Amino acid sequence: MKHLITKLLLLFATALQAQIDSTLIKRAQLDTTKQGLNMDAVYDRPFLSFGKVPVSVGGYVEANWQHLGTDGVSEGHQFQMRRMTLFVSSSIGKKLKFLSELEFEEGGKEIAIEFASLDVEFHPLLNLRGGIIMNPIGAFNQNHDGPKWEFTDRPIPATQMLPATWSNAGFGLFGKTYRKDWMFGYELYLSGGFDNSIIDNSENKTFLPAAKENGERFEESASGTPLTTAKIAIRHNTFGEIGLSYMGGIYNTFEDDGIELDKKRRVNVYAIDYNNTLPKLNTYLTGEWAWVQVDIPNTYTQQYGSKQHGGFLDIVQPVLDRKMLGWDNATLNLACRFEYVDWNVGTFNETGDEIGDEIWSIMPAISFRPSPQTVFRLNYRIQRQKDILNNEPARTGGFIFGISSYF
Amino acid sequence: MLLELKLFPKILVLGLLLGSCDKYEPVAPLEEELLDGPLGGLTSAQNAQFLAGDIAFNDDVFTSRSGLGPLFVATNCASCHAGDGKGTPFTTLTRFGQTDATGNQFLHLGGPQIQNRALPGYEPETVPNGATFSKFTPPAVTGLGFLQYVTDADIMAMSDPNDDDGDGISGVPNWGTLKEYLDPLDNAIAQDGKYIHRFGKKAAAYDLLQQTVDAYNQDIGIASSFDPKDVYSGLTIDPEVSDKTIRDVVAYLNTLKAPIPRNQEASQVQNGKSLFSRINCASCHRPELVTGYSPIEALSRKTFQPYTDLLLHDMGLGLDDGYTEGSALTSEWRTPPLWGLGLSPTTQGGQYFLLHDGRAHSIEEAILMHGGEAENSKNQYQSLTQSEKNDLIKFLESL
Repeated sequence: MKHLITKLLLLFATALQAQIDSTLIKRAQLDTTKQGLNMDAVYDRPFLSFGKVPVSVGGYVEANWQHLGTDGVSEGHQFQMRRMTLFVSSSIGKKLKFLSELEFEEGGKEIAIEFASLDVEFHPLLNLRGGIIMNPIGAFNQNHDGPKWEFTDRPIPATQMLPATWSNAGFGLFGKTYRKDWMFGYELYLSGGFDNSIIDNSENKTFLPAAKENGERFEESASGTPLTTAKIAIRHNTFGEIGLSYMGGIYNTFEDDGIELDKKRRVNVYAIDYNNTLPKLNTYLTGEWAWVQVDIPNTYTQQYGSKQHGGFLDIVQPVLDRKMLGWDNATLNLACRFEYVDWNVGTFNETGDEIGDEIWSIMPAISFRPSPQTVFRLNYRIQRQKDILNNEPARTGGFIFGISSYF
Repeated sequence: MLLELKLFPKILVLGLLLGSCDKYEPVAPLEEELLDGPLGGLTSAQNAQFLAGDIAFNDDVFTSRSGLGPLFVATNCASCHAGDGKGTPFTTLTRFGQTDATGNQFLHLGGPQIQNRALPGYEPETVPNGATFSKFTPPAVTGLGFLQYVTDADIMAMSDPNDDDGDGISGVPNWGTLKEYLDPLDNAIAQDGKYIHRFGKKAAAYDLLQQTVDAYNQDIGIASSFDPKDVYSGLTIDPEVSDKTIRDVVAYLNTLKAPIPRNQEASQVQNGKSLFSRINCASCHRPELVTGYSPIEALSRKTFQPYTDLLLHDMGLGLDDGYTEGSALTSEWRTPPLWGLGLSPTTQGGQYFLLHDGRAHSIEEAILMHGGEAENSKNQYQSLTQSEKNDLIKFLESL
């Protein structure tokens, strides 16, 4: 796989060399900090196009330094290349578009096709999408590009409770319409989905992201039944965007070769997301909250919770917005992220005591954007994490400095 | 431009300050407030093995793919021994099927331990009809290396099976047959082919290797080359954990530090310590023991304060569940070490779950549930003034 990708990249680079005449290269200068609906995020990216070639390319990169400690124990200075992502967009024909997103994480240790879908427009309110789709649960899963955020770490609730970034092979419909100050969008997909690992994994907790380890999910659905993901979103120019989403289906391999192994067990996820820029103050708010329900046999261990909930809220306040250090549209922001996850909502059968297994975090930040597509960010994490028994929380803190930019 | 010229040097200074990042991170709790951590004086090689064992004990989680179950109690070691401390009713074990020294009569029905949890699609065990049982709360695992190397001669010297000194306290070792994979310790004393066992609530495990092998097998459903029997099928299967991992975990348990007493200079604590001896608690909960030779220098010939005699004592009808192990009577329990007692709530969710099955929710409740050989001490405790009782409890909390 790695060799194939390397060859494709080399071929791609060679093609670019052949067209290095910069007058042929056009950069779409999108302000990626502002956008329509979250569902548009896959296309609302800066792309480079080449003359009349119907292919645009783009991508982003994220790298950082961090020094974090937990209860007096630190791993010291860590330099990380979190990810590099490449986008390729192509207008195949009238009302036919293809977009793909290829992600290299941890210096190339993990390579994944996060998105690769063909979109066919029949009407603005009726589009067919097929391929590898990003399930629209919450907002972050679809709108996760690093340069859009003032924080190096992705939100814990989105990545450690919800499985962002979470994509599957599937098909579905989406559409969008607007009238005056209002915009409405919907998405509905059927796709491959989860497997037994969400309640049987080395995290020792119900962990939806565990299913991402199963590379075969793009070929074979563990349950043989579709995962349904649906979302509606409404945006008002003043009041912001609110999204309601659902993702659910049978997650377990309840039969194999026609032989029954277990009863059918469902996972259901509900999420609400919101984002807005407050008038006058220009304060940007974005957040989401989700609830997870998993059918787990009561003869299994309560180590794996049947209910989870959690969410995050980012508040970003621009404090300087003008020419700085030679950059015309530079911005300096103060920001703060609030996060909370309870991975195991409920009480112990044996004692009736509350089950722990929860985390909260506050992360103040300073970010500098020389342009809307590039961000330098300094974050300080204040985190407390309780074990399942509700013992005193582990205290984590430390600085993270990172850069992220579209290219 | 002026503003940023002022601002960016400040950001630069902030960046330089990050060079001393440790200052801005949460500090470590006091060493005496933690149960976990290695023994001082280990060699680099011993520290490396401690770390390997630490990962296997605290971080490795078993799943169905790595051999969990299919019947089990917990998914890893730390589920029962969070922070290397005492566990809670969530992972309390149920043992059943033995009433006397003739052995367990219910091995064919899944004895000696219930695996009360099961992977989806399987049914967990329940106590068979007619079997007596007892529940065992997971113990703290700190300082076990010291207990391992107390000589058999010292244990026998503390034993008084016929109560020759007339203090109402006898105390006997649990004599048992060694599992085939065990070798007698250097100082071992044999009687009729049996050896003194010292670990576990009934002192039915010979050493930390047996404790570890049994825990993998009975608690997590993990077969090893030492005990290759699958708890579900009863058949011999391929090992699901390597010998190296087992050895690393044994080394980890061997070299965990002993709990560090706190507030020892406080007058209440000192008074409580005197009362502890005066009302004869110290006859079983021996304040001081000495190790014999150990290949681990840091454990060899050391004096330590565990507050146990490693012997079995009759604790009376109230604590007699009708179940036993090895040569112990159903009413007999091995004196549990009291070191680290005051830190128990730090690993038990802020509460106390004391005595063998966690039935006592405070130190005082635990004292009042003592009977049998401890009846006199309990009565003397009850006759103390409230202030004296408080001092005694303070002392126990300081351990």
